Amino acid sequence: MAEDRARFEYLLRLGDNSLILGHRLSEMLGNAPALEEEMALVNVALDLIGQARLFLGYAGELEGAGRDEDALAYRRDVLDYRCALIVELPNGDFAHAIGRLFLISAFDFELYGALRESADRRLAAIAEKSLKEVTYHLRHAGEWVIRLGDGTEESHRRMQKALEDLWMYTGELFTPDALDEAMREAGIAPDLARLREGWDRRVDAVLREATLTRPAEGWMQSGGKDGRMHTEHLGYILAEMQFLQRAYPDARAW
Amino acid sequence: MSPGTGPETADPRYHRIWQALAEVEDPEIPYVTIVDLGIVREVVADETGDPVVRITPTYSGCPATRLIELQIRAALDRAGFPHARIETVLSPAWTTDWISEEGRRKLREAGIAPPVPGSGRAALFGAGPAVPCPRCESTDTERIAEFGSTACKALYRCRHCREPFEYFKCL
Repeated sequence: MAEDRARFEYLLRLGDNSLILGHRLSEMLGNAPALEEEMALVNVALDLIGQARLFLGYAGELEGAGRDEDALAYRRDVLDYRCALIVELPNGDFAHAIGRLFLISAFDFELYGALRESADRRLAAIAEKSLKEVTYHLRHAGEWVIRLGDGTEESHRRMQKALEDLWMYTGELFTPDALDEAMREAGIAPDLARLREGWDRRVDAVLREATLTRPAEGWMQSGGKDGRMHTEHLGYILAEMQFLQRAYPDARAW
Repeated sequence: MSPGTGPETADPRYHRIWQALAEVEDPEIPYVTIVDLGIVREVVADETGDPVVRITPTYSGCPATRLIELQIRAALDRAGFPHARIETVLSPAWTTDWISEEGRRKLREAGIAPPVPGSGRAALFGAGPAVPCPRCESTDTERIAEFGSTACKALYRCRHCREPFEYFKCL
């Protein structure tokens, strides 16, 4: 059915965002500034990959082509991915990795809060579960943004630069396309403009406390969630993430 | 399907199932069982009379979920229910409020501070709750790290007895 197909596409966006950001955070293993922080970021990664399994597992059922969550994660190539560009970017320095997690967690917090009311009850249940986890992610990343912004001259400079670099990737999250509109009309997904208001309030409050300046609105990058034009980074992520499953298809044990 | 039963059921058949489930330890926190944690939501019977155990994951990415399912299957097999089925339910989402009194006592005995009651949603932003030290009961404690050895725990330190301890976070 056409409606199932649209919902499948929409679930890919949710699942791919969680999967790719989770993978990026897992790269912090062995690279975080302190052991406690490493534990924190890989725990967040674990939550995100768990959420990705729920979204992609459901997507596979709707598609009805026999693809499960693993097939969707490991056997799709770049052009079939539907994640936003912001989750593909390399971690960069710690301020950049934390800044990205903060901006996305604030988005997910608003999104999952709204999706609890979705007409799709299974999606609503996944959102209800995920919201609890994302609340902790948002708090953790937000505390870091404040500490770095309101920290030393160097940490402030780096945190501000991270925001400036990330900002042009935030527009895509809130710019609805035909699929977002169709999902909204069907009562499945929320109005992205409404989410933006909550996101603005939450982000602004943290930036103010962090003595950081909100970057000016300018040109916004797009092309990730509709698969039109991913960044060059996604191919490298998939090459690493999918290696085992490509080299040893259907491997069951090692 | 039959109406769901809980751990206090008087029905002897279900009682045996719940007893078997109460033997299944949490793989990551083996001091408590999956019934203590409220992971088992209910047990019902399907059309053919076989038991269906409804469980809910604590965290979406909890790596113990699969192992818990295997352990449930093994425990019910030993108890004489080889055809039991397991269903995962996501809503209502698991909350630490479902940890039983017994579970909270066992956590404390294992040196893990149980979730502070009533500190769920409101405390997610702003100052956290005062967490009593599981060893000396002092509330003069501080959070060292938001995330501990597992997704469900945070790392704390007692300023009174100077011991570090884990806190089972509210969810």
